[in-house]
Amino acid sequence: MDFTDILISLIKIVVMFGVVLLTVAELVYTERRISAFIQNRLGPNRVGWKGLLQPYADVLKLLLKEDIVPTAANRFIHTLAPVISIAVAFSTLAVVPIAGETIRLFGREVQMVIADVNIGVLYILALTSMGVYGLTLSGWSSNNKYSLLGGLRSSAQMISYELAMGLSVIGVIMVTGSLRLTDVVAHQSGWMWNMILQPVGFVTFVVAAFAETNRAPFDLPEAEPELVGGYHTEYSSFKFALFFLAEYANMITASAVIVTLYLGGWQVPYLELLNLPVGVTIALQILAFMLKVAFMLFVFQWVRWSVPRFRYDQLMNLGWKVMLPIALANVIVTGIVMLLL
Amino acid sequence: MVPIHYYLILSAVMFITGVVGVLTRRNAIIIFMCIELMLNSVNLTFVAFSAYLGNETGQMFVFFIMAVAAAEAAVGLAIVIALFRNRQTVNINDVNILRW
Amino acid sequence: MSSELIVFLILAAVGVLSGILMITRPNPVNSALFLILNFMALAGLYITLHAQFVAIIQILVYAGAIMVLVLFVIMLLNLEDEEPLREQMSKRHYGSLLVALLALVLIVQVIGWNSGGTLETMREQSPHALRIGTVEHIGSVLFTEHVYPFELTSILLLAAIVGAIVMAKKRFP
Repeated sequence: MDFTDILISLIKIVVMFGVVLLTVAELVYTERRISAFIQNRLGPNRVGWKGLLQPYADVLKLLLKEDIVPTAANRFIHTLAPVISIAVAFSTLAVVPIAGETIRLFGREVQMVIADVNIGVLYILALTSMGVYGLTLSGWSSNNKYSLLGGLRSSAQMISYELAMGLSVIGVIMVTGSLRLTDVVAHQSGWMWNMILQPVGFVTFVVAAFAETNRAPFDLPEAEPELVGGYHTEYSSFKFALFFLAEYANMITASAVIVTLYLGGWQVPYLELLNLPVGVTIALQILAFMLKVAFMLFVFQWVRWSVPRFRYDQLMNLGWKVMLPIALANVIVTGIVMLLL
Repeated sequence: MVPIHYYLILSAVMFITGVVGVLTRRNAIIIFMCIELMLNSVNLTFVAFSAYLGNETGQMFVFFIMAVAAAEAAVGLAIVIALFRNRQTVNINDVNILRW
Repeated sequence: MSSELIVFLILAAVGVLSGILMITRPNPVNSALFLILNFMALAGLYITLHAQFVAIIQILVYAGAIMVLVLFVIMLLNLEDEEPLREQMSKRHYGSLLVALLALVLIVQVIGWNSGGTLETMREQSPHALRIGTVEHIGSVLFTEHVYPFELTSILLLAAIVGAIVMAKKRFP
């Protein structure tokens, strides 16, 4: 670990950070356009070409607002909560590989992943379990009963769905035999994606991912009709922008993790038969990864504007009485099938 | 190089912090958290010895201690909720029904 | 000072300070947050001991599950601040502080700052340390040598689930 290694890591982090920030901006735009399309409206189309600059105008507006902290709020935790949310959302991407080949940079072979740790899957699970603090603490520190209810709901919801999420991942780990995400992707070469090997696990994981990111139909912590704004009722200006950013960054992270675990990551079927130069291969792999992520992001938005929100008891029943048994059964069936084959 | 003494003394200091917390605080949940702190300081000793002896049994112990701590958390917090429901307090000085 | 020692000292300072802050904050939520910080420092210390599996499980189980549950209960009961510790200092408190201090001195004396004995041979980590902390090694040992305790743990957890539900359930009329 010398200066060059640190420099390479820094470059990777900065690039990843920039790409995600830009994607978040355009994601807000596509979300509004897609919702408009589904509801037969026009959506934002004035700022820039077809309204493409709309998110930047929104950000500017948010940053210029006054930052209001309620008098009765716990100031320190009120400020800390959005920072936790955003930090967790971005750090998860550190272990996601975006291409298979290595490139040469400063005379070193550089992998296309920020940190190739051999406990990558556990790292992702650990960080998602930390994400709940941002929401819970923001709800508590605002000293507002709606915020508190939102925070309580979020902690109960995320604990419940983490179980199903973890158990679905176990199926993937059993098939792959490794916790390293580069191995997980390498194992899914050709069409042997984990989505095909683990169809039930895929469905439970995606549903749990929706719940973990607090996206509709599981957006109970911020359910507008019942809780005003839920956990971020008392937030304004930059801190609200951070929560907003965290929600969309979480969506990108969840999509990237789903793609890596179940949709083959950067794998393009039969690409290795073409004998392309390394540079072209890397470009195609990154492109494939981004297209898959974009597709999952579209699914996230599609579901949000098509499915009505669950009631709180329905949410808990689904989590504990449907998702958990199915995920457990999936582990057992996977084990039996692997034993027989 | 960090000799094992450092880890052991750190663990002792954290354990004593937990003991002081249990002895001085009256809030049942904080006492519960202090017990978690004590369990964790013991875990640190186990892992330190495991690494310095090159023997994995210490880490097995940590694994089982964590399972026990999780069980304890579930039952302990259920007790706290039941207590609060019946007496509207979690201050253990007010829970003296067994004391005559 | 070697870089390992510096990392150790930083993590140790965070651990001890967060522990002390945890037992002195009047507000239970602040206490819980400092305990989480303490768990993070411990996870870092496990990494310095090459116990990567234990470190990640520490975050996953303690910080991610147990403390969320504690925070959930604190918020559910909406507890008020305890009166600050320095206002309720009594003879009992000074007594307990004294006892704790004595116990600490005793433990440190037993460990010995630099005295000889068996600990003296453990100045450096074992060369096996790097290997035994991995998930593969822990898994293979857990499911061969320690498989009975492991299965018993599942019974313990089942008992805990049943117990928690029975206790927290509302009484039927």
